[in-house]
Amino acid sequence: MAKPLDYESLNENVKKTAYAVRGELYLRASELQKEGKKIIFTNVGNPHALGQKPLTFPRQVVALCQAPFLLDDPNVGLLFPADAIARAKHYLQLTSGGLGAYSDSRGIPGVRKEVAEFIERRDGYPTDPELIFLTDGASKGVMQMLNAIIRNENDGILVPVPQYPLYSAAITLYGGSLVPYYLEEEANWSLDFNNIRQSIASARSKGITVRAMVIINPGNPTGQCLSEANIRELLRFCFLENLVLLADEVYQQNIYQDERPFISARKILFDMGPPLSKEVQLVSFHTVSKGYWGECGQRGGYFEMTNLSPKTVDEIYKVASISLSPNVPGQIFMGLMVNPPKPGDISYFKFEQESKAIMESLRKRAHIMTDGFNSCRNVVCNFTEGAMYSFPQIRLPARAIEVAKSAGKAPDVFYCLKLLEATGISTVPGSGFGQKEGVFHLRTTILPAEEDMPAIMESFKKFNDAFMEEYEDYRGYSRM
Amino acid sequence: MRRFVAEKAKRAVSSYLLSSLRSHPSPSLSSSPLKFYSTAAAMASKLNPPVTVDSLNPKVLKCEYAVRGEIVTHAQRLQEELQTQPGSHPFDEILYCNIGNPQSLAQQPITFFREVLALTDHPALLDKSESAALFSSDSIERAWQILDVIPGRATGAYSHSQGVKGLRDAIAAGIAARDGFPSNPDDIFLTDGASPAVHMMMQLLIRTENDGIFCPIPQYPLYSASIALHGGTLVPYYLNEGTGWGLEISELTKQLEEARSKGITVRALVVINPGNPTGQVLAEENQQQIVEFCKKEGLVLLADEVYQENIYVDNKSFNSFKKIARSMGYGEDDLAVVSFQSVSKGYYGECGKRGGYMEITGFSADVREQIYKVASVNLCSNISGQILASLVMNPPKVGDESYESYMAEKDGILQSLARRAKALEDAFNSMEGVTCNKAEGAMYLFPRIHLPQKAIDAAKAVNKAPDAFYAQRLLEATGIVVVPGSGFGQVPGTWHFRCTILPQEDKIPGIISRFKAFHESFMSEFRD
Repeated sequence: MAKPLDYESLNENVKKTAYAVRGELYLRASELQKEGKKIIFTNVGNPHALGQKPLTFPRQVVALCQAPFLLDDPNVGLLFPADAIARAKHYLQLTSGGLGAYSDSRGIPGVRKEVAEFIERRDGYPTDPELIFLTDGASKGVMQMLNAIIRNENDGILVPVPQYPLYSAAITLYGGSLVPYYLEEEANWSLDFNNIRQSIASARSKGITVRAMVIINPGNPTGQCLSEANIRELLRFCFLENLVLLADEVYQQNIYQDERPFISARKILFDMGPPLSKEVQLVSFHTVSKGYWGECGQRGGYFEMTNLSPKTVDEIYKVASISLSPNVPGQIFMGLMVNPPKPGDISYFKFEQESKAIMESLRKRAHIMTDGFNSCRNVVCNFTEGAMYSFPQIRLPARAIEVAKSAGKAPDVFYCLKLLEATGISTVPGSGFGQKEGVFHLRTTILPAEEDMPAIMESFKKFNDAFMEEYEDYRGYSRM
Repeated sequence: MRRFVAEKAKRAVSSYLLSSLRSHPSPSLSSSPLKFYSTAAAMASKLNPPVTVDSLNPKVLKCEYAVRGEIVTHAQRLQEELQTQPGSHPFDEILYCNIGNPQSLAQQPITFFREVLALTDHPALLDKSESAALFSSDSIERAWQILDVIPGRATGAYSHSQGVKGLRDAIAAGIAARDGFPSNPDDIFLTDGASPAVHMMMQLLIRTENDGIFCPIPQYPLYSASIALHGGTLVPYYLNEGTGWGLEISELTKQLEEARSKGITVRALVVINPGNPTGQVLAEENQQQIVEFCKKEGLVLLADEVYQENIYVDNKSFNSFKKIARSMGYGEDDLAVVSFQSVSKGYYGECGKRGGYMEITGFSADVREQIYKVASVNLCSNISGQILASLVMNPPKVGDESYESYMAEKDGILQSLARRAKALEDAFNSMEGVTCNKAEGAMYLFPRIHLPQKAIDAAKAVNKAPDAFYAQRLLEATGIVVVPGSGFGQVPGTWHFRCTILPQEDKIPGIISRFKAFHESFMSEFRD
């Protein structure tokens, strides 16, 4: 008898979904690692996995919240500074029974208030904690919003290409249509409004109702920081085309140049005043996984809704309540991130030191990596202005492309597998993120330890230049 | 059509106005003269915003979850009123008996678990000699063991998408020790609580509204909500209240035939054991019949076993469905079983941690690949919850330093739960027109109220289900929050409510007396 759940009888949307970040390359790298090969995992923005240390203060606070009986112990001061102790008490008081109780399905009200205060400080405009929902990581929030918006395959979502493949995966899972808009690599991955207008027109001519537009700023995998002008034009565009803007701003702390600091879409929206500030619907996402915190494993995130009707907010609340509540430790990490130690606090100096060291090192590594790639044959790489990734363009020779195709592999997958086998560097091929036809990239992170970077770039250069030599036609025969 | 054209025209006007503004650039729109713009604005504000309730995913609109539904919102309002206007209600506090959230009602966490979690959350503590004075030696040892299986000891890193391998090894060992049959760590998917795992399975199983999932009635409304969210059809099978919420194969057969005759392909059978809201623990024989039924009819068995550690009667014990299947001689080729477990219930009650797993058996490799792929989109579940799941499945053993205090805490909680279950059961059974089956397990009582016709009419007059009407009156008179039976499903024409057994033991007598007083006055008002 046929099994009750076999491949054929699976939900089609599940089968169509792809998520390359933990796809073929990662699985192959894991296999090789099991066989004893040293692998450098640069496939996912996972700082602590590459040696970045957690910030001390938040870990102290959460440890105390996990074990509140420590607070009663006379020796607690030997292990924990007074401000960590005070902060743990503060958060425990905000919960309805400590870390082990389900909170409000939108998150602990006191923490949401801290998030609202952070947003107000950052942007200069007040916001309502009732419109801020904490989630188990930003990804869950993105999925909740897309699930709420997408009714059927005629609902389209504008997504940048290249994009972080959570968006394509979620759109496929929920049965919607991805409407791509191409970022301009030659113009530093900036928005090309002509292209966006063409995409939307093309989708509409196929009967697709374009509902929302995703923007990732700073960009993933592309690393660009959008200019204020770009964001303004984007908001006007959403207003005119009647789109809700989904602003993925999870890398807002990761900025490695000074020309274009991070400005939130919400701030610019409010700067633009009515009617846009009252009409444009916006959902902004943030997380504790990135920045200089890098606390991926905690699964802490939030989304903030602007100009969504109370009834819509209620429906989203209803869906959130089915999962009861986001994890409480992750919520406390979020509270700590938006409300870190201040000058004068006992832990401030150490916290600042730790944070600065990470940020300065990330900035350095962004440069080391970009320069390293640019020194390689047939490789061109835009500077990583923000986020955690480098997305070099690999100009594959025609013969390499042929060999890849006859091996049944996309050319960049072929290249990345060879890179992995030769050097142990595990990347994600550009096809996992989307790219222009015939243009190939790979995504790597800038996260390997600073002291390991030069050797990694050297290893890459050695492999790449040898690969190019092997596959470039005019050298062909004599080498054989 | 006219509206479409009108909208297009409005947008065209706005676009023209904006582009003319663009040709006179100004640093910020708000500072430029906006005479023309305000006309466009007036028109634009009449455009339908892209996201309104009318344009939301209809599956989102359709789904419901009564556990945190209307009665709870009402209770929260009353709670605020108690704070701003003390004395405004005939009670001092709201008692939330609507949700299985033990630690929100002062249940204490298990010390050993929290010690280990504090150490793994802040591993720097393990390098300090002072820690030996604050933490038990076995919690320190366990923390080291756990950190040793986490690559780089980095508890802040995303793990493998199924969860840290070493933790899955520990959980598999715990399952094997519990069942006496081996468990494969690669069958385990650690998730943020059991609920996301349930959603994952529904997503895989449901292709269209012609795919049906068998659910017990009454059921925990995660199932009905998840099926609605994924666009499938809930196929009910009624538990028999008269026989202690027994599950009858004849009922399953009848409902299956009916569903199939309507063109529904029934894909899976959900069994909640111990039951929620009904609290029954299935007899082994019953479980065997269910296994046979699933095998015969080609159904995936979805076994919600989150209350496996909540058993209050001596004549019943927990048997996992996998164990039952294996002891019947059925292996991976015979039937597919998915078991769900959570850190939220039992005696540990760690709801806020969002820890849990599903163990999947009997699926082909290509199906397992798809399950992995869906799990990978969310990267991984929270690490602290993963660690806790491994602790729950591998608690302190005889001889460990913490064993005795751990057992004292565990027994204390479970025995108290058993006492509270009995006290409330007896109280409900003593009320006029109320019958209540025993809570053999889980955390709830689900009494049946035989409502007088006058009450039913009064409910209809205010457009409420009779049990919701009763629950609201109860709340307004006593501050006690229960969930109306209609939130879980019940035989039509019968009325119930679900009340947890979780308020602290010293509050139970007060709850019982207030409940009884309310009930008497309600019956006086509405008695036929």
